[in-house]
Amino acid sequence: MEEYEKKGTITIDYLRELGNIPSEERMKKGPVAMTECVQDIPCNPCAEVCPTKSIHMDNINDRPKVDFNTCIGCTLCMQVCPGLAIFMLDKSKEKPRLTIPYEMLPMPERGDTVRLLDREGKDIGEGRVIALLFPDKKYRSALVTVEVDDENLLLEARNLRVAGVKE
Amino acid sequence: MMDLRIDRHPILKFDRGQPLRFYFEGNERSGYKGETIGAALYSTGLKEFSHSFKLERPRGIFCAIGQCSSCMMRVNGIPNVRTCITPLEEGMKVERQFGRGEVPTNTEKRHIEKKEVETDIAVIGAGPAGLSASLYAAKFGAKVVLIDQNPRLGGQLIKQTHKFFGSRTHDAGVRGIDIAEKLVKEVRESENITVMSDATAFGYYKPSTIGVATMDTLYKIRAKKIIMATGAAEKSLLFENNDLPGVYGAGAAQTLMNIYGVKPGDRLIMVGAGNVGVIVAYQLLQAGVNVKMIVEAMPKIGAYFVHAAKVRRMGVPILTRHSIKRAYGDGKVEGATIVELDEKWQPVSGTEQDVDVDGIAISVGLRPTYGLLDQAGVDIHFVPELGGHVALRSRNLETSVKGIYVAGDVSGIEEASTAIMEGRIAGLSAVLDMGFGGKEAEEMREKVRSELEDLRAGPFGERIRKGLEKVEVL
Ligand SMILES: Cc1cc2nc3c(=O)[nH]c(=O)nc-3n(C[C@H](O)[C@H](O)[C@H](O)COP(=O)(O)OP(=O)(O)OC[C@H]3O[C@@H](n4cnc5c(N)ncnc54)[C@H](O)[C@@H]3O)c2cc1C
Ligand code: SF4
Ligand code: SF4
Repeated sequence: MEEYEKKGTITIDYLRELGNIPSEERMKKGPVAMTECVQDIPCNPCAEVCPTKSIHMDNINDRPKVDFNTCIGCTLCMQVCPGLAIFMLDKSKEKPRLTIPYEMLPMPERGDTVRLLDREGKDIGEGRVIALLFPDKKYRSALVTVEVDDENLLLEARNLRVAGVKE
Repeated sequence: MMDLRIDRHPILKFDRGQPLRFYFEGNERSGYKGETIGAALYSTGLKEFSHSFKLERPRGIFCAIGQCSSCMMRVNGIPNVRTCITPLEEGMKVERQFGRGEVPTNTEKRHIEKKEVETDIAVIGAGPAGLSASLYAAKFGAKVVLIDQNPRLGGQLIKQTHKFFGSRTHDAGVRGIDIAEKLVKEVRESENITVMSDATAFGYYKPSTIGVATMDTLYKIRAKKIIMATGAAEKSLLFENNDLPGVYGAGAAQTLMNIYGVKPGDRLIMVGAGNVGVIVAYQLLQAGVNVKMIVEAMPKIGAYFVHAAKVRRMGVPILTRHSIKRAYGDGKVEGATIVELDEKWQPVSGTEQDVDVDGIAISVGLRPTYGLLDQAGVDIHFVPELGGHVALRSRNLETSVKGIYVAGDVSGIEEASTAIMEGRIAGLSAVLDMGFGGKEAEEMREKVRSELEDLRAGPFGERIRKGLEKVEVL
């Protein structure tokens, strides 16, 4: 039994071992997708929609593996992922940027400062919302891009909370 | 008066119909057109819906889809009405009943019409399996009558607000509610399909006839082929006070909040960390409910990791090797006592912990709704891997009674994606066995079958594959 099956959270070390974390150089070149989908489950739309064929899977039950060299950071895989298991990392701008899928209310607005939460929902810092993308107009379900001061948050923050909303 | 209706939701918009007035035990109450009596009453904070027959213990809504008896009330003088699936009407008089309910004596004599219907295929259940079976049979010219006891078509799918897994060709990344909408629209547009909703199939009669009841009509439906797609009901769990109002199935919580826009409670505990439990916990959070924790008796989380990760990052703990010991409260849930389990599944004394909740959602699995199949004399076996009692069948999904087919959860608890494919296979088999469809239908069936096998090929499909070996024997 894997540790994550017991707790429902995964460690950065485990993700690194799987080769799921893009290199420093790659992140410096521009946005890149990072998957946290580590089990063999019957799902593959991320691979199907990728315009650069950067997500590799041997069959529908295989876990996705991103080729960081060909990924162009277009977020299409994120938009379709039912597991909300893909995040976008970018260190090419003045400040590091992280994109998180978010389907809760209240929805933040551009310019808002939001609290960032880790994989257990613990408050670990803050970010400034610089972009919101709503893949489907019908729903308040968004990809939220935040700018952070602490670059460690790119690997650690996986959720957000609109400041002022109680836990 | 308390109002548990949800106003704002990230995914759903609740377009409530025209306001209606009704009377609950003499007091005026309000609701909306499109709501069921049960949902309207629940939104006012009512927890105690009925009483057990013998000990008169209070009971609350448990399944919310018409599969149990805990919401039965007297409506306009008629006892034992399942309020959870009965649409609310202006001026209705609703009361709780004791015992088995008295047969009305002084109500106006109601006129029940009797009708006979002839059709090629009768499909019972309009979930993803029944909808797909109807569509694929109608495609090849068969006349289909589709019957469902709920006011809305779509079965369990109409409350799945999350995006589905699978592949793009099978709508992966699309929300269950949107898949349902698409299927229902196609069914409504098909000239070959007649839809009967609010209609309960109550019996099978030889030769090949189904008895169906609506509020005012009794139908005899004679069909050349019958497809049973009656789905599944949630299992309960044994613990002290498990019948206290406020203990309900996770699916019932989902029905209340996602179909009727009524919050099941303010503070909940989820029992069971399989996909259903974890997904419903996430949806409870979206509805603004505080989910205190998820407890799971197994040493590991049964749900897909990605689903579990979504609730964990919202700060909801998942405690494996933990279970619920008892519910407590005066007439309704006011808390739950949880306990740790040891390697032998025994409670570890001293680890009890009280959790302050007003609702306990149970998600310990579903069992096939096989009653009609059993009554029709179909060979049934108990297969734990498939969730309970299921029909033996051929690869074409025909049962031991010629002309009766099964599809979806009733043939083994699985998923909506597989229910859709089984529905297609059953629909195609029924037309092929009637001599329609020819090579085209046969090739289509082969294609669906191989896609279904691909989906079941992974480690999460192992149980199903094992179960199928035991029942695909005809
Ligand atoms: C809480 C929950 C979450 C789920 N999440 C997912 C998910 O994320 N992805 C996924 O693929 N699957 C999911 N599922 C499973 C999926 O919803 C079911 O597998 C699927 O709906 C089964 O389809 P079905 O057509 O067999 O049955 P159902 O959808 O259950 O439909 C059966 C229909 O039959 C009707 N019926 C029953 N008896 C009678 C009768 N006697 N007369 C008339 N009508 C009758 C019922 O009213 C119902 O509408 C979930 C299920 C639940 C409960
Ligand atoms: S971000 Fe775009 S290019 Fe990169 S893996 Fe996702 S879909 Fe492919
Ligand atoms: S779409 Fe998301 S959940 Fe599905 S395989 Fe890709 S990363 Fe995993």
